Parts: sequence; C-alpha cells; structure tokens
Amino acid sequence: MAPRIDVTDLDLYYGSFLAVQGVTLSIEPRSITALIGPSGCGKSTFLRALNRLHEVVPGARVEGKVVLEGSSGQVVDLYGSDVDPVDVRRRIGMVFQRPNPFPTMSVYDNVAAGLRLNGARMNRSALDDLVERSLRAANLWTEVKDRLDRPGGGLSGGQQQRLCIARAIAVEPEVLLMDEPCSALDPISTLAIEDLMTELKEHFTIVIVTHNMQQAARVSESTGFFNLAGPGRPGHLVEINPTGKIFSNPDNRATEDYVSGRFG
Amino acid sequence: MARVPRRPGDRVFAGTATGAGILILVVLAGVAVFLVTEAWPAFTAPPAALPGGTGLAGYVAPLIFGTLVAAVIALVVATPLAVGIALFITHYAPRRLAAALGSVVDLLAAIPSVVYGFWGIAALAPSLVPAYRWAEKHLGVIPLFAGPASTTGRTMLTAGLVLAVMILPIISAITREVFSQVPALHREAALALGATRWETIRLTVLPYGRSGIIGGAMLGLGRALGETLAIAIVLSTSGGITLDLISSSNPSTIAANIALQFPESSGLAVNALIASGLVLFVLTLGVNALARRVVGRRADLSGAT
Repeated sequence: MAPRIDVTDLDLYYGSFLAVQGVTLSIEPRSITALIGPSGCGKSTFLRALNRLHEVVPGARVEGKVVLEGSSGQVVDLYGSDVDPVDVRRRIGMVFQRPNPFPTMSVYDNVAAGLRLNGARMNRSALDDLVERSLRAANLWTEVKDRLDRPGGGLSGGQQQRLCIARAIAVEPEVLLMDEPCSALDPISTLAIEDLMTELKEHFTIVIVTHNMQQAARVSESTGFFNLAGPGRPGHLVEINPTGKIFSNPDNRATEDYVSGRFG
Repeated sequence: MARVPRRPGDRVFAGTATGAGILILVVLAGVAVFLVTEAWPAFTAPPAALPGGTGLAGYVAPLIFGTLVAAVIALVVATPLAVGIALFITHYAPRRLAAALGSVVDLLAAIPSVVYGFWGIAALAPSLVPAYRWAEKHLGVIPLFAGPASTTGRTMLTAGLVLAVMILPIISAITREVFSQVPALHREAALALGATRWETIRLTVLPYGRSGIIGGAMLGLGRALGETLAIAIVLSTSGGITLDLISSSNPSTIAANIALQFPESSGLAVNALIASGLVLFVLTLGVNALARRVVGRRADLSGAT
C-alpha cells in the first residue's frame, strides 16, 4: 500500500517569488523521513507541494515532477494534467502545525468528516467501526470514547492534534504528511505523537517537518536538510541521508554546522 | 498598588467618550418617552373614537401584520440570494471580479428608497402582472395565491420583492465579511482531507459563517420593518389582514401608513399613528437586540483556534 515518492527538480513559486528551488529526492515507503532546516527555508512549502496544497494559495505554482510509485508498481505523476488534486489529497493525508479540528463538529463527526466526503455513503455500524479504529490508532480512543458527541474544540491541545491524526488516517491515505505536528504541544503530548508515528509507519509513508532536531533523530530513518543562501533567496535541499549519518557524519559542512548548533 | 497619576489628556478623552455614549442613551430615551406620552391618549381613548372605530388593537393589528408579511417575504427572498452572492465573491470569483462585484452590491445600499419605490411601481409591478395571473389560475388553491390577481401589480408580493432588493446589500455585506474571515487553517483541514471546493465550503465556511448569516438577516429584517417610502409608493392598501399576496387589497405597513396618513390626521388619529409607531419601535428594537445576541455568539463558535 505505502508508496514511494520520487521528486525531480521541483521549483515552488509564490507569484513571481521562487521559494524553493531544484529539489530532487526520494522518500522511502513505510519509513519516516524528517525535513529539518532554519525558518523560511521552504521545508513546509515543499511538504505542501507533496499533496498539492501549495497551489491553493493564490498565485502559488509548481514546476517539476512528483511521482507516486505504489508497491505494485503503478506510477502516478501528481502534477499530471489528468490528475485531480482532490484525489491526490485523498491518497496523501496531512496533519498541520496547529491542531485544526472542525470547531463546530463533535469528536465523532470530525473523524468521520473525510469518510462522508465525495458522496460516500456508509452504514452507521461500518462508520462507527472505522471511527473507533481510527481513534484507537491515534491513541485517543480511551480518552474520548465517552464524549464522542462533544465538540472537538473542547479537547486539550495534544488530544486535538491526535484527533486530527485520527481524522487524517480515517480515510486510509497511503502517505501521511506532518507539518511540525508537535510544535504547539507539551513534551508528554509530543512523546505520545512520536510513539504514534512509530506505530503508523508500519502502514504509511510518513514525511515530517520539524524544528526539533532531537525529534528528527528519535523518530526518522532519513533526514533531509533544507537551507537558504540568504534573505530573499530560494530555499534548497542541501542533503538527504540516513538520519544517523546526518547527525554524526553529514556530507555537507552546512548540515554539520546546523545540527551541531554552530549555524550562521 | 501605587496610584497612577491621572493625566489631563486621559481625563479629557474619557470625558468626551463617556459623554458621547451617554448622549446616545439620552436621545434613545427621549424618543421612547415622546412616543409613550404621545401615544398614551390612544391607549386610553374609547374604541369608537379612534380611526376605524374598532379600538387601538383593531387599528394596529393589520398594520403589524402587513409590516411582518412584507418583511418576511423580503427576508425569505434576499437571504439565500445574499448568501449565494457572498459565497461567490469570497470563494468562487476571480479576485478582480470579486472586488468589482462587491462594490456593485454595496452600491445597491446607496440608492435612495424613493428610487426603489419608483422602480417598483413603474417597472417591477407591471412586469409581474402576467405572473400573478398565472399564479391565480394554476396555484389558486394555495391561499397565498387566491387572487383576484391585481391588474396593477401593486401587491404585497411586489412590495416584499422591492424590500428584498433593498436589504440584499446589508445581508450580503455582513455574510461576505464573515465568510472571508474563515481561518485558512479550517479550510486547509478540509482540503487536505480531499474535500472538493463545495465540500470545503460546507464543512468550514457555512458552519463558521452561520451566525453571520443569521445576524445579517436580522439586520436586514430591521431595515425591512422600518422601510417607509418604497412601500408607500408600491403597495396598494385598501384591505385588512389577508394571506393573499397577489391581490390589490392589502393591509398597509406601520411605517408607510404613518407617512401616508399623518398629513391628514388630527386629534386622536395622530395619537393612534404614534401608538403604531411605538409598536414599530419596540419591534425593531427587539429584532436588533436579537441580531446582536446572535452575532455576539460567534466568538464561542470559532472554537479552539
């Protein structure tokens, strides 16, 4: 199920501003790939290009190739002219930096929201099962099972973020993108999410953007380092390597400076 | 805590601000006191002495009914239209077209109501006559279209439609404002789940904007209740309470009735008119208070973010 992602020569623009330039990398299936780098280096923008969310910003556009290669060998060019971005986003789920459950919806409806889209009809018991399975997978079930009908906005920040993860995995995507999912959370909630990611990588291809280098070192198999040459210049991928190598013996001097805190 | 010395600038500003705030209350109270004292004789007068000879309740009831019917027609027609316009401008139209369209809709609010009145009687009413005839013939079983169909088109339905156009900009301006404030975070949550554009609107924009729609509709209702000139020009008033929307005999509305009758009234008839004005005052105040409460609830609805 979990596909491999091949990115070739990706340029990302906001209007005429080139935000990210020339990214080429491969993301392995059933593993966690972490993207690190200073603020403004374009790692979040790059992440949002992987599920075609970048282009919903007015004026934003993409050049280059992103190819999804399933385990059975079928290949999809995400930016192909016959590809519907809605389908791409169904296959590639996303969790955002700030927890964003739908505030007017109950816990249950939040998880079921994606399942009810695109005219899908499910009978109640099948839906109940899927909601429970998703909440269990997100390690949230025991905490919310008695208040499924309460607003999702009433949960704590860490619970809300796990609710968003449950919502994202309920539609059974193949890839899960996480944009600094723990930056608004306390260390205990962060640990809960990290444990969850380790479980989820059995089934998904996970890409996580993080500012927390310990987190990248803890959870990921590969780490990509993004940097930018200066203010107003485009961000670019400096190197991507197995996480152990990035943190002990990186190919690039800039990477070593960044991960050891000698940056700038 | 140490006492902070009060600076003269602060004192002057606080004084003028408080004064302005109090002034508004004084004016409002003054209007209320005037209405009550001037209406009082009509409350205490014997029923036969008032116009119509059926007492104050008998005099005001058809007017309240007419006011409410015209306003409700306006609301039912204008609200969905305004929501559609607001959605189109905020989420569908290309940005340049959206700005142009927005200002055109706002411009509708700048047209004086007398112009709406003339448009209603000279253009809209005659062009609706065939439709009324058709409605009488085919939908006549429904009490709303019982007929006889008006030959001039100056019916309750026409008046309501004119009002609808007049309150359209108010409702669409407020809903547009609320719709455009839907946090990107919510929108992207829906998009990232694989929602289409309409599903994104249904999941995020409409729930978020619901109280804005209600609040805008209430403010529009307030305007429709008080509208005078357009109704006075368009509506043919000769009847009492009736559900029939397409005939020439309609109850008047409170505001239009005051405008039409006041110059020719004297004595108790004036007091009766002012009493009807008091009823309108209370009605509009109530609607506005309700609108404020609904719009105020928005803060709770926006949830955790």
